[in-house]
Amino acid sequence: MKINKDLAISENGFLFNPATGESFTANPMAFEIISMLKEGQRSEKIIEWATQHYLVEKSTVEKDLHDFFGLLRLHQLSVEND
Amino acid sequence: MTKPLITIAVTGLNAIDSPGPGVAVIRGLREAASFDVRIIGLAYESLEPGIYMHHLVDHTYQIPYPAAGIDALKERLEYIISKEKPEVLIPNFDAELYSFMKLEKHLNTLGVHLFLPTFEQFEERHKVNLPEFGKKYSIDVPRGFVVSDASEIFSISKELEFPFMVKGKWYDAYVAYNFEQARTYFNKVSAKWGLPVVLQQFIHGTEYNVIGLGDGAGNTIAAVPMRKQYITDKGKAWAGISVDDKKLMALTRRFVESTKWRGAFELELMRTNQGKYYLMEINPRIPAWVYLAVGVGQNIPEALTHLALGKKVVPFEKYDVGKLFIRYAFDMIVDRSEFETISSTGEL
Repeated sequence: MKINKDLAISENGFLFNPATGESFTANPMAFEIISMLKEGQRSEKIIEWATQHYLVEKSTVEKDLHDFFGLLRLHQLSVEND
Repeated sequence: MTKPLITIAVTGLNAIDSPGPGVAVIRGLREAASFDVRIIGLAYESLEPGIYMHHLVDHTYQIPYPAAGIDALKERLEYIISKEKPEVLIPNFDAELYSFMKLEKHLNTLGVHLFLPTFEQFEERHKVNLPEFGKKYSIDVPRGFVVSDASEIFSISKELEFPFMVKGKWYDAYVAYNFEQARTYFNKVSAKWGLPVVLQQFIHGTEYNVIGLGDGAGNTIAAVPMRKQYITDKGKAWAGISVDDKKLMALTRRFVESTKWRGAFELELMRTNQGKYYLMEINPRIPAWVYLAVGVGQNIPEALTHLALGKKVVPFEKYDVGKLFIRYAFDMIVDRSEFETISSTGEL
């Protein structure tokens, strides 16, 4: 999964897609994941980060990340799958 | 260096909840970098707010409604021109454009310049001709039927799935979810705007508009796309944001190039969830949200004035993306004497 390179991401988690004009507010975890994706990190790295920082099972993170990627795709915030 | 002073007449001073573009056009003209302006307002009603905005409009004259006929308008304009000598006139309503197009050559002889679409462009982009327009220029448009008799609705409703749009010739659009609603809306819009009425496929999606300016030779002088952020109950954008969509810009350039569009325009588009754009309507004039274009770096009223005066205009190449316009309502306090003057003498 890669983040749309044109997506404007503010430090406070505000996202703006200049192509569609849509804006979103990301919570701290979503903001962190989007930032990692923007840096080119792969899913495995994100899952590892999430399990280290939150009291959560790896299988739960995998499922939630999958759902989150679906949301990014739906709102055209991503460009392709990895 | 002093800038030249140009006198410009502008219509559409009704800055109401469904605003005419006049006041926004004047704001653009007032901010023009290349000239100063003296603004002559042309109003139909004595309560059009622009009449009383003396910081924007220097003098206003009432003009007759298009229904009064071209001769009545011609006579009134001749009087106004003899008094004010405007060099440029910018009409801003769909319903009045035809009369001004008819009078363009005559007004030219009086020293007044306009920059309007040709009769062919004006007619072929009309919403009743949109399906043919889409076919001719390979632009996706919703399926549509032109209806002049309510009895046709039943057979068409079998071809167009519900819901579909019922649109007036000039204005007004309603979503009909069943046959009864379609018939009611047909009667409503035909009573107000006349026949025919357009029944149009309902496209589910997000509304985008593009404001632009064509030089009549196929060149896009200006183009700013906007996503509607906040829509009033009349479907008008109360807030919008400038966007950067290559597909939308390519579509706009193709429209201008293939039609050789002359003048300002607004494309109303619907973007489906699959990212496909449908052209819903083409308005052959400056839209009310033109000040967003000015605010993001493309002063379309200024460029249009230069084109009207026969000057060469370098196309704008960029604009700021992610800038919003947010409309607001504002109460002016006006002395009764002003209202009396415009109402009784037809000018202020």
